[in-house]
Order: sequence, then C-alpha cells, then structure tokens
Amino acid sequence: MKKRILALLLVLLLVFSVALTGCSSNEEAPEGEEPAEENGEEASGDPIKIGYIGPLTGDYSMYGETTKEGAELAAEEINAAGGVLGRDIEIISYDSKGDKTEAVNAYNRLRDRDEMTALVGATFSGTTLSIKEIAKGDGMPMLSPTATHLDVTLDAPNIFRACFTDPYQGATAAVFAADNLGAEKAAVLYNIEDPYSEGLAEAFNEKFQEYGEVTNYEGYTKNDADFKTVLTKIAENDPDVLYLPDYIAKVGVILSQVEELGLDVVAMGADGWDGIEGDYADVAEGHYFTNHFAKTDESEIVQNFLSNYNEKWGSDPTALSALGYDAVYMMAKAIENAGSTDSQAIVDALAAIEIDGVTGNIVFDENGDPLKSISIIQVIDGKHVLADKVSIQ
Amino acid sequence: MTLLIQQFINGLSVGSIYALIALGYTLVYGIIKLINFAHGEIMMMGAYFAFITVITMGLPFLATLIFSMVLAALLGITIETVAYKPLRKAPRISALITAIGMSLFLQNLAQVIFGADPKVMPDLIPKRPINIAGIQIGTVTIVTIILSVFFMIVLDLFIKNTKPGKAMRAVSEDKEASVIMGINVNRTISITFAIGSALGALGGVLYSVAYTQVYPTMGIMPGLKAFVAAVLGGIGLIPGAMLGGFIIGMVETVSKAYLSSQWSDAIVFGILILVLIVKPTGILGKNEREKV
Repeated sequence: MKKRILALLLVLLLVFSVALTGCSSNEEAPEGEEPAEENGEEASGDPIKIGYIGPLTGDYSMYGETTKEGAELAAEEINAAGGVLGRDIEIISYDSKGDKTEAVNAYNRLRDRDEMTALVGATFSGTTLSIKEIAKGDGMPMLSPTATHLDVTLDAPNIFRACFTDPYQGATAAVFAADNLGAEKAAVLYNIEDPYSEGLAEAFNEKFQEYGEVTNYEGYTKNDADFKTVLTKIAENDPDVLYLPDYIAKVGVILSQVEELGLDVVAMGADGWDGIEGDYADVAEGHYFTNHFAKTDESEIVQNFLSNYNEKWGSDPTALSALGYDAVYMMAKAIENAGSTDSQAIVDALAAIEIDGVTGNIVFDENGDPLKSISIIQVIDGKHVLADKVSIQ
Repeated sequence: MTLLIQQFINGLSVGSIYALIALGYTLVYGIIKLINFAHGEIMMMGAYFAFITVITMGLPFLATLIFSMVLAALLGITIETVAYKPLRKAPRISALITAIGMSLFLQNLAQVIFGADPKVMPDLIPKRPINIAGIQIGTVTIVTIILSVFFMIVLDLFIKNTKPGKAMRAVSEDKEASVIMGINVNRTISITFAIGSALGALGGVLYSVAYTQVYPTMGIMPGLKAFVAAVLGGIGLIPGAMLGGFIIGMVETVSKAYLSSQWSDAIVFGILILVLIVKPTGILGKNEREKV
C-alpha cells in the first residue's frame, strides 16, 4: 500500500513538473498591448492597428521581447507627435514562441479578430517564411524587422524587411576583413544546423576567396560543446581572421576556448553577437562584428533613440530593438504617405519610401530589401565601438 | 607531430569527463542491474549546484567542487530511495522506465527553477595556455585530466580496500548471498548511488567550467556518450567504464580532427551499434550466460 501511494505521488510530481514548465511558457501568451499613450480623445477615431509577431516566451524570448520594446517605443513617440492620419497607432503583439505553426495562428488571429492594417513581423526567418505565402495571398503590407533569410522577400511584392540580408552581411564582413584588417588567410566555423549561420558562412567564404585564402571551412552541430579539437586544427593553418557567424551562447563558448588555447587570431561575427559584452566581455575583447547600428554612433537620431529607450524600458536597446523601432516608423510613414489604410496603397507607399532611421538611411530595392550601410563594431573594454561603416553594392 | 600530441591531449580531457560519468552508469548497473538514465541529469544538477555555490558564496574551485559532489551524492541517495527502491522487486523494465521518467522530471525541474537560458559559469580556473615543450595546453584541460585520474584512483582504492567497497563488490556478485553474510544491502546500494552521483557531479562541474555554460539539457549528450562508453568498456565493470570513456573521447577527437565535426556523433553512436552486434558484453566483459 505504502509503495502504491509513493508511486502515485511520484507520478503526480512528474505530471506536475511537466505541467509547470508548460504553464510557464504559456502564461504570457496572447496579450493585446494597450496603446502606449492614451490621449483620451475619441474624436481621432479608432487607432490604426499594427500587428507584431515574435517569440515572447521560450528559449528565444529575449530576441522577440527587445524587438517588441523598440516597436512600442516608436508607436508611443508617433502617437505623442500626433499619430498617423490623425489617428493613434496601436501595436498588437502575439507570441510565436519561435514556432512556425504558432506564427501562422497568430497571423490569422491578427487578421480576422483584430483586423490589423499592417504587420510588423515576424521576427525570425523561419516563422516569417511560414506566414509569407498567406500574407502574400492577402496582399497584407508586411515589414519584417529582423528576418535576414534571403527568401523572405523573394517574389512577394507586399513583403519588405528592415534589416540587411545574410549574404549581404557575410560578404561585408569578408570585405572588411581583407581591406581593413589586412587579412590574407581566414577560417570559417559555423553551425550546420542553422540556416542563418550557414548562409553567413557561405557568403563570407565566397567573398573572401576574391581577396585571399580560406584555410578552414568547418561546421559543428548545436550540441557540440568541445571546440578545442577543431580550433587546434584551425590554429595549425595560422589564419588571420576567424569568422564565427552564430548567436552569443555558442560564440561565447567558442571564444572562451580560443582564449584558453591561446590562439592568435582576430574573430569576426555577425549581428547574432549583439549583446555579447553582457556575459562574454572578456573573451570577446578586441574582436569585431557586423551590426545594424552602433551605440557609439554620434548621430542625433541614434542618441535620441538610446536615451528614450533607456527611459522607457530601463535597459539598453539591442540592434533588434533598433530594427523594431525603425520598422514601425517606416510603416507609419508609409500609411501617412498612402493617405489611407488600404493595403495596396500602403504597399506602394512602402516600396517608394525613403527614411532616416536608427539603423541608417533606408530605401528599398525591387525585392523589398533595404539598401543601407552596415556598422562594423569592435568590442573594446566591454563596450561597442564603431570601427567603420561599410556599404557595398 | 606536436599537432598529434595536442589532439591526443584534447581527446584525453574529453574522454576523462566521459569516463567519470560512465563510472556512475556502471557502478549502478553493477549493483542493481539498472541503467540509470537519470545519471546525465545528476551531472547537470551537479553543475547547477556548483554554479549556485560560486554565485552565492564565492568559494574557491576545490571547495565548490566538493560541495557540489556532496549535494549530488545526497540527491543520488534521495532519487534511489524515492524512485528505485520501491521497484526493487518489480520487473527490470519498470525500473528502467522510472529512470527515464526521473530524467525528464529533473530536466523540467531545472527548467522551472533556473529557466531555460544558459547560465555562464564563472571562471573557476583562470583560462590560459601553458606551454610545455612547444605544446600549447589549456589550464582547464590539465586540471580536468588530473582531477579525473585522481578520483578514479581514489575510487579504485576505495573499492578494493575498504569495508563498504568490498560490500559493494559482494552485492554486485550475488545479492542473496551477501545478505546471508550479514551485509546491509540497502545501505550498500545507497553508498553506490552516492559515489556514482558524486562522480557525475564532478564530471558536470568540469564540463561546465571547460565549456563555460550551465543549462537544463546539458546532461543529455554527455550522458548518452558516457552510456556508450560504459557499454563499450563492458557495463558493470569499473575499469571498463574508464577505458570506454577514454576510447570514446579519443574517437570523437580523432574524427573531429581528421574527418569532420559533423561526423563525430554519428561515429560515436555507430560504435554503440557495433558493440551491441559484435560483443554485447563490451571490451572487458566476459560472455556469461544469463541466469534466468
């Protein structure tokens, strides 16, 4: 009898633990955000609704959260300055959990229940691609702040993005390595399970070969933790630059081992490095990465953004916040230029837009990809220092 | 040549961590014929224990290590008492399923308590390269190898020369006979779990220091590879676990160094399949007919 009670207890405990984790990732699920600033004047009519989809819970929640915070800051500023077409704008956010099905559900909810005018989203390439075809069918004005995969805007006149693409970013890193760092030999170490990492690695590899030699082109999987072997192998060829296109968690692990092995090499990374100074300032010291904007950029718009963001959220923005912020400004300007909330009119206005954003001066090419400069950032004393602004066409 | 030696040392350090974890599998299997799939999670909890100790108390490396090993030993005893002891007389498959359940439970528990995002382990050992006769070796690598070998020797002496050690060997030979000889079987099993878990925690701490991170799913991969190592060496045999661990570490390093990183996991798990087909009792195992 005692045994049976114990077994029952254990089963309960197990179920409970699973239920708990389930809960914790659900509790914040769909939340309709209140408009940032209510003027109390109903005369201006209903707010214009802009949908936002991004991972707000789960492993990647930090990326979705900071993008959303940037977007909400922009909405607040726009409303304070009188709104769009005399109406306030309202950001309605849904959680994608980084999951493709969830993203499609969120899109359908935004379209059918909330009747959004335009979409700023989704945040990741994978989730953005999953809603691409539906949005294309609807002709929904869609502007992804951060999806860098090449296919996102391809053959879809209504879809735009605020960030640069993976190939563009990878190639820029290669040009910078060769021209500014004087590198003749480079090694590439990338995550074969991640299209983002792979896309960047391929672009870097291809571009760098125009300038010098790529000594190692090595892949790893997301479960790999030991890089000493592969780094020892790379060290043998004595490259000048090591290209590490991945997110902070992995890059930190690799750089720690670079440090431990005492490799004499300059590492370069991509926008996935943004925020690396938080946990890995010491091992990232002196290394470079390509990014959407630099916090040390002196220009007024960047500095205003930094101080307003800090005031509202009490923390420093990431590059993703800047993109979310720019995306909402672009969308608002497009709606203003269109003069109505008609989908096709907004899409046409977006295609013709030119705007000075935090992440640079932005115009769209025929695919809906932005043409803009890339900031190269060096980590010095745990801070971002703008090393150069590069723009290649 | 230096490259080869350097890679050999890399393999040794990876292998010694696998060996430590494999010892936990093998000790437990030897004594109650249970493959404790929750062992990887004990390793993970060991790493978290160390992480918390460092963050809250700021103890030096060795104190942290011992603190975490003691806590993990207590955790191991608790798990055994709560989850496995009631099933001692049940069919072996029930205990095995319980072990899998326990593994999932601990993973989710860690996720609820600590969150899913990786925590950065503070630098307990200053990371820098040391130059020995033209060969660059990291401090962490050296410490890992030394500590692992030290604790393996301690374990060996303990099992061969002490009363509880002898009791462990006796119980694994024949449980019924050792009861007749006056050995407290329950206590011996508890001691086994405590030792296995402490070694797992040691592996976990070394792993998290070497690779700088602690996260709830960190035990899965090393746990599985250590299991392969234990099977390869001959499950239930202590020297087998050590041998298996070092072989798996070497194989992984060699395939990463001379083939490619993508293939190393496939090769390691390919070994498991090969062993099970060719010699299921492992390298050091004797072919015994199962007593039914």
